[in-house]
Amino acid sequence: MSVRVQREDFDVGAEVRRLAAGRTDIGAIVTFTGTVRSENDGRGIAGMTLEHYPGMTESELTRVEAEAGKRWPLQASLIVHRIGALTPGDNIVLVVTASAHREAAFAAAEFLMDYLKTSAPFWKKERGPDGAERWVEARQSDDQAVERWTRRE
Amino acid sequence: MPVKIRYFSWVREKTGKAEEVLDLPPDIRTVADLMTWLKALGPEYAEAFARADVVRAAIDQAHVKPTASVAGAREIAFFPPVTGG
Repeated sequence: MSVRVQREDFDVGAEVRRLAAGRTDIGAIVTFTGTVRSENDGRGIAGMTLEHYPGMTESELTRVEAEAGKRWPLQASLIVHRIGALTPGDNIVLVVTASAHREAAFAAAEFLMDYLKTSAPFWKKERGPDGAERWVEARQSDDQAVERWTRRE
Repeated sequence: MPVKIRYFSWVREKTGKAEEVLDLPPDIRTVADLMTWLKALGPEYAEAFARADVVRAAIDQAHVKPTASVAGAREIAFFPPVTGG
């Protein structure tokens, strides 16, 4: 179980190898990678800057990861989130979940992403092709996505 | 009671500062009280907290509701809804 906030890119293959190294109890590994698109809400994106709340970000990610560990039998998990200046095609976020069977790994990965998007203190500022900047607004669909997990409780 | 107040994203841009230490009057009991008080500090604060229903808060780096008590808080942060992932 670990979380990282970093400016540098990540290598999905290297992260999975490190997470699974020397382990034979893992039967399923799910990875989710979020990347920067060149279009959002019909508007071209030349780049974006990710701001966060140092300290609170790590504690929220750790809390969400611990919650996933309570709900599903996970052997390992990892959250990596980038900050700073990014351009289309760049990686933003990586979630890896490992379990004995795929159901738990798939469900936990979705849960982690849904909770991360609504609770981890990150803010995206997009820059259009003309250089104009705007803060990305939170989506109602993200709030709805996280609600389905509370209904299950 | 001196408390560190931090601002992020467009709340930071509108107030023009990332953080400051403020001495809160004793009649400020909740996060909502604090937002109302901040709004009156100047036009930049009025602008930052114009959409007070949209601004979110954290006390000592944990999310809180506007009704949360500020008693004993060391650090209070204000920011828009998060947009990571």
